[in-house]
Amino acid sequence: MALLQIAEPGMSAAPHERRLAIGIDLGTTHSLAATVKNSVAVCLADEEGRVLVPSVVHYRGDGGIEVGHAAVAAQPVDPRNTIVSVKRFMGRGLADVAHVETMPYVFEETPGMLRLRTVQGGKTPVEISAEILRALRARAEANLGGALAGAVITVPAYFDDAQRQATKDAARLAGLHVLRLLNEPTAAAVAYGLDNAAEGLYAVYDLGGGTFDLSILKLTRGVFEVLATNGNAALGGDDFDHRLYCWILDRARIAPPSATDTRRLQMKARAIKEQLTVSDEAPCQLRLDSGENVDLTVSREAFFEMTRPLVQKTLAPVRRALRDAGLAPQDIKGVVMVGGATRMPHVQRAVAGFFGQEPLTNLDPDRVVALGAAMQANALVGNRKAGDNDWLLLDVIPLSLGLETMGGLSEKIIPRNSTLPVARAQEFTTFKDGQTAMAFHVVQGERELVADCRSLARFELRGIPPMTAGAARIRVTFQVDADGLLSVAAREARTGVEASILVRPSYGLTDDEIAGMLRAGIERAGDDLAARALREQQVEAERALEATARALDADGGLLDAEEHARIAAAMEALRILIASGETARIAAGIAALARASEDFAARRMDRSIRAALAGHKIEEL
Amino acid sequence: MSVDLSLDYFTLFGLPRRFGIDEAALDRAWHALQAEVHPDRHTHLSSGERSRMMQEALRVNEAFATLKKPLTRAQYLLELLGIDAGIATNTAMAPEFLMEQMEWREAVEEARLASDIDALEQLALRLRMRAGEVTARLKEQLDGGNDPDAAADTVRRLMFLDKLRRETGDALSALDS
Repeated sequence: MALLQIAEPGMSAAPHERRLAIGIDLGTTHSLAATVKNSVAVCLADEEGRVLVPSVVHYRGDGGIEVGHAAVAAQPVDPRNTIVSVKRFMGRGLADVAHVETMPYVFEETPGMLRLRTVQGGKTPVEISAEILRALRARAEANLGGALAGAVITVPAYFDDAQRQATKDAARLAGLHVLRLLNEPTAAAVAYGLDNAAEGLYAVYDLGGGTFDLSILKLTRGVFEVLATNGNAALGGDDFDHRLYCWILDRARIAPPSATDTRRLQMKARAIKEQLTVSDEAPCQLRLDSGENVDLTVSREAFFEMTRPLVQKTLAPVRRALRDAGLAPQDIKGVVMVGGATRMPHVQRAVAGFFGQEPLTNLDPDRVVALGAAMQANALVGNRKAGDNDWLLLDVIPLSLGLETMGGLSEKIIPRNSTLPVARAQEFTTFKDGQTAMAFHVVQGERELVADCRSLARFELRGIPPMTAGAARIRVTFQVDADGLLSVAAREARTGVEASILVRPSYGLTDDEIAGMLRAGIERAGDDLAARALREQQVEAERALEATARALDADGGLLDAEEHARIAAAMEALRILIASGETARIAAGIAALARASEDFAARRMDRSIRAALAGHKIEEL
Repeated sequence: MSVDLSLDYFTLFGLPRRFGIDEAALDRAWHALQAEVHPDRHTHLSSGERSRMMQEALRVNEAFATLKKPLTRAQYLLELLGIDAGIATNTAMAPEFLMEQMEWREAVEEARLASDIDALEQLALRLRMRAGEVTARLKEQLDGGNDPDAAADTVRRLMFLDKLRRETGDALSALDS
């Protein structure tokens, strides 16, 4: 492909002084690191030649910590202190996590985020992830023979701000300099696109252990432009294991198993799933600690049948992404398959059926993300040489960002699929006379009601000088950087009073999860719209009442007793209607109040014009 | 190179100040500018320089997002002419247009409640064609005529259509999942 030849600000002055940089795929079931050596991206292996590090951390009673294969061995023996799939907990409260009841852990719901109680004390998902990253860092430094200049860490494209922030925190905790958080499908597209000199529209279907992403990219002359991304941050290979585990429990008619037996059955389920990728059937034989015997055979057909709904579930985000990009399935030139779960034949069949073409499975779905991340790390750290490939990534934000406004509604400030970096400002004003502080609630998601979106942060702007309601001009600016991380600033225009925060996630919302957020939002759109209309009318009615009351206080003298009584009656009627919950009747009540006070308003207008001519500022009236 | 922040969006991308644009040229110009200002190109700079380049990257993306979509492009053109096409300053819309809007809206709602995907697909298609017609008229008015108020009226029509198309898309996404 014809690559961009641009001025080379990031090129190292002395090419032989290579700076050590790695790409890390921090996965749900396994993680790995890659680097660029002699212009070729390679995965880093341990002494035994193994590239994949199981994302398992074992906290031992003697204070030791094991990561990876050693920890896997401890799984059935010490399930409570052996944490698997920690990625599912990143940036999440306990209420957000599915299948908690089948997990052998002791959870602590502390303010901010969930913790797991281990023999070494309470551990946050950030700390546990940091252990995995530390192990990869050690492997890389041993392999490359020096300290790392930095790392690119990949995250699911559909990760929200809280999950991204948690990932970055984990990397910092592991002593890594984060060059960039990179979306997994985008990393895969870089590795695939550069290797194959691809041009045109591509979809990346990334079904990992715990997350699903679908990104649509346009590849042109070295530019990787993401047109749309969608996904489900709580759907992955783990869910297929869980389906099978439940099926085994059901078929074998065994009592709710102990923590150890649960873990052994889950490991068995995963092994069977993997075997069914190549075999037509797999035996399931296990003698449990409880003394019960499991002796079953799982056919490929039965497994496909029980997990078909999960496969179907991945197609909804595919359709949404295409719709957002304004494309049809036949517009896509190639579908790149990423993530170990895409090895399952029925997943490949479903994707082939949807797009009307065989997906591209010629790359290793476990490694391609880390390889792309390594290429990006190499470029960011300034190791490119003249003549090397040069490219540019233009990625997007997966979920809309907004602010809570009156009535619990989310006002979208930055819409989903905006290209990063992006900044948008919006003006807000005070609702009450003399209001000196304003509280902001930052949310992420597609739903109209704030209660249905993910709460990201709350902050206050204080010290607004007292003014009439509606007179203050508060400009709120949202800025999302290339990592997809949000910062928010608020400023009152007249006085220059400012408040700004780097959004630190408030995690623990009892939201039923980003997974179904968009879909649910749209499903409930009818309810949302009706609720929204009602709230808007209620807010409008309260505004009208407050404005009328204020006018009566100030200029009541312009009215005779009868006029006064008529307005008061219309106000009382409206107050009753607000509580009725009927949108149309409230609107009628507002109109009635407006009619009753028409003459009054005209007289006040006259007076204020005269006052303005006499040298007063009109805003004061 | 740095981007002159005072330039209007058309000049920024080297495009003539017209509604009808060469979309491929816009894409190319956007890519070329981002290749200069994107944060990935400046990891080696000091934090002060990085934040200055960040401002430029933000503006380039803002400019691109504005010119990419016909609706925002038209609004921006009118803004450059000193005309706010916003609904707040709306002069009365033609009754037959409002009637048409209501009919569209009812049809979308009906199809949504009946979970009728085919009907919604049909509506989406018809809305896209309608938006295409309105956009063509807008091009004549903005690039050919000299009646910006008429263009502002057409922009408001496009705003209505845009909203309807979004709602139809959302309803479709809800039904096919």
